Amino acid sequence: MTTATAKAKAPAKPATMAQALTRAMRDAMAEDPTVHVMGEDVGTLGGVFRITDGLAKEFGEERCTDTPLAEAGILGAAVGMAMYGLRPVVEMQFDAFAYPAFEQLISHVAKMRNRTRGAMPLPITIRVPYGGGIGGVEHHSDSSEAYYVATPGLTVVTPATVEDAYGLLRASIASDDPVIFLEPKRLYWSKSDWSPQAPARVPGIGKALVRRSGTSATLITYGPSLPVCLEAAEAAREEGWDLEVVDLRSLVPFDEDTVVESVRRTGRAVVVHEAGGFGGPGAEIAARVTERCFHHLEAPVLRVTGFDIPYPPPMLEKYHLPGVDRILDTVARLQWEN
Amino acid sequence: MTVQELPGAGASHRSTPPPWRPRTDAAPLLPDPEPYRVLGTEAADRLDPALMRRCYAELVRGRRYNAQATALTRQGRLAVYPSTVGQEACEIAAALVLEEQDWLFPSYRDTLAAVARGLDPVQALTLLRGDWHTGYDPRELRIAPLSTPLATQLPHAVGLAHAARLRGDDVVALAMVGDGGTSEGDFHEAMNFAAVWQAPVVFLVQNNGFAISVPLAKQSAAPTLAHKAVGYGMPGRLVDGNDVAAMHEVLSEAVRRARAGGGPTMIEAVTYRIEAHTNADDATRYRGDAEVEAWKAHDPVLLLERELTARGILDEEGIRVEREAAEEMAATLREGMNADPVLDPMDLFAHVYAEQTGRLREQAAMLRAELEAGDE
Repeated sequence: MTTATAKAKAPAKPATMAQALTRAMRDAMAEDPTVHVMGEDVGTLGGVFRITDGLAKEFGEERCTDTPLAEAGILGAAVGMAMYGLRPVVEMQFDAFAYPAFEQLISHVAKMRNRTRGAMPLPITIRVPYGGGIGGVEHHSDSSEAYYVATPGLTVVTPATVEDAYGLLRASIASDDPVIFLEPKRLYWSKSDWSPQAPARVPGIGKALVRRSGTSATLITYGPSLPVCLEAAEAAREEGWDLEVVDLRSLVPFDEDTVVESVRRTGRAVVVHEAGGFGGPGAEIAARVTERCFHHLEAPVLRVTGFDIPYPPPMLEKYHLPGVDRILDTVARLQWEN
Repeated sequence: MTVQELPGAGASHRSTPPPWRPRTDAAPLLPDPEPYRVLGTEAADRLDPALMRRCYAELVRGRRYNAQATALTRQGRLAVYPSTVGQEACEIAAALVLEEQDWLFPSYRDTLAAVARGLDPVQALTLLRGDWHTGYDPRELRIAPLSTPLATQLPHAVGLAHAARLRGDDVVALAMVGDGGTSEGDFHEAMNFAAVWQAPVVFLVQNNGFAISVPLAKQSAAPTLAHKAVGYGMPGRLVDGNDVAAMHEVLSEAVRRARAGGGPTMIEAVTYRIEAHTNADDATRYRGDAEVEAWKAHDPVLLLERELTARGILDEEGIRVEREAAEEMAATLREGMNADPVLDPMDLFAHVYAEQTGRLREQAAMLRAELEAGDE
C-alpha cells in the first residue's frame, strides 16, 4: 500500500469505477507477487466487463489466468492456491453464475480458518458483479448478497463510489480472510474525479460513511442504491425533509455504531436495497436499529427493497428496482404528523 | 418459398470444415482391461523385500487401527467411524509413495492414510470424536483437512499443486476420493483443471463397490472409472486395490510422472468395503454375505502375508512382531481417546475471522456470561 500512496500526487481526473477496480488489482499485483487473478475470460479478453483489462499483458497469463468454465473448479482451485500461500482474486462473471461455486464457498472458503483453529486462513477475494439496472437478460441481474451475509466466515464488501472501488478492493485483497467483493455493475461506468497516480489511503473494512448529512431521517443503503438515495435526498428538500444518507460499504462486518448514531440523531430510518425484502440485509438492519434505537424512534423502521420475486426481465425491471419516488413515498410514511 | 426453391438449390454446397486434430492420441491414456496385479504373479519376483516388509507392518497396524476405531464407537468415544477394513492397501500405499514436501488430500474415510503419513491417530480422529473439526495443523505434515463434502477436496489439490509448480517447488498432491465421489461435479472439474493446467496431481479413486448403499452399477455406466481419465486427457490406470505391491508401484509411477512435469494421472483401485459405511449403517439391507465372504478371501493383509512367507521374506516371528507393534499402537490410541478432550466453548468464536466482528464479540460475551452464571 505504501508505494502507491508515496507516489507524487497527480491531478485528479474523471475516472470510472471500472478503471479504479482495474487499478486496484494492478497495484496489488505489482506490490505482492502472491496476488493471482483468475476466472472466465479475465486474461486475453480482460473480462466481459473489462475489469481485468491489461493485467495478463502486464503480469503474464500465470498471474492473470483464463480458467476453464467451471465456477466450483475456479473457487476450489483458488482454495488450494491459498493453502499454498498465494492470494487469489477470483472473478465470478455474473452474480447468478457464482452459484455453482456455493458448495466450495460455504463448506470450505468460509469455514477453513475456523475448522483448522486458525491454522489455515484463506485470503481469497471473490469479485462478483451484482445487481440490476443494466437491461440484462435472465440470470444477469441478481442481488445475491443475502446468501453471502448469511454465511459466517465471509466478509462482504460493496463499494458505491469510484474511490471506494479502489480502496475497498485493495483492502479486500490485503485481508487474510475470504472477502465477497460485490461490484454494483450499473455503477461500473459511473465517474468521479479521482487520481489514479496517488489513490487515496486504503480504508479498513467495516466502517460505514455518512455520505450526506441530514436531520429529518436516515436512509441506510449500500452499493447500487447509494446514488438513488442521494438523488432522493436532494428531491426530498422540496418536501421539506433533510435526509441523511449512510453508505454501509461492508455488510459483514456491519458497522452498527455509525448507523445507530445517525438514527438516534434523526429519529427515523429507511433501509434501501435492491435485494428482496424477506430475509434480505434490510431485515437484519431494521431489527438491529429497532433494538438499539427504540426510544429514539419517531416511527417504525421501514424498508424499500426489490420485490420478493425472481429478478424481472429487462423490460420490467424499472418496476422492481427501488427508485426515487418509492423512497420518497416511504419517507412520507414515517409518521411526520403527531 | 422453401429451401428447395431458393436460387442455387440442388447445386453442390458441400463445404469442408477447417482442419481439426485431436490434441492427443487417446490410446496411451486408456486403462488396461483388467486391474493390474503384482502379488501372485511373475511381477512379484521384482519386489523390494524391505519395502514389502514396511508395507506389511503398516497393513497390520492399519487393520488393528480400524478395529480399534470401530471399538471406540461402541464405547462412545467416537461419534462415528467410517471403516477402511479391506481397503488398507490403498490407504497405506497412498501415504508411503509421497515425499515429505508432498501433500495428501484425504476424504473423511481416509484417516488411516493420514495416520500412515505420520499423523497422531488421536488428532486424525478429532473430527470423528467431535471435539473440533480438524484436529491438526494441515501444514505440519502437509495433510489437508479431512473432507466430508464429497470430492470437494479434489480442486483444492489441483490448486495447491498448481501453485507449487508456479513457484517452482517440487511438490506433488495426491487426492483421494471414492467411487460415489466420481459422480460429483467437483470430481469432473478438478480432473479437467488438473489436465488443462498439467498440474502435478495424482487422483486415487478407491472403488469399494458402494456409496453407502448404492452399488457402482447405479453410480456410473463407464466401462471402468479409470476410463473417465481419458476424456480429460490424462492417463487412467486400473489396479487391484487389495494388492499393496501393485498399488505402491502404480501410485509411485504416477507420482514420479507428476513430479517430472508429466501432468496428472487418475488411478482406480478396485477394492471392497468389508464393513458397513459407518457404525451407524446396516450393510445387510443392501448386500449379501456371500459377496462379502468372496472379498474376504481376497484380503489385502493376507495377500501380502502369503506372498512374503512363500518367498521367505516373512516368517512366524516376523508376523508376531508386527502384530505386537500393532497392539501397542492400539493401546496408545485407546489411552489417547479415553482421555476426555479439553473443551473451551469460547473457541466457538475464536477462529471465525482474523479479527472478531462486533456481532461475534457481543455473542461471545453472552455465552461467557451464561457460563459464568452457570458456575455460580
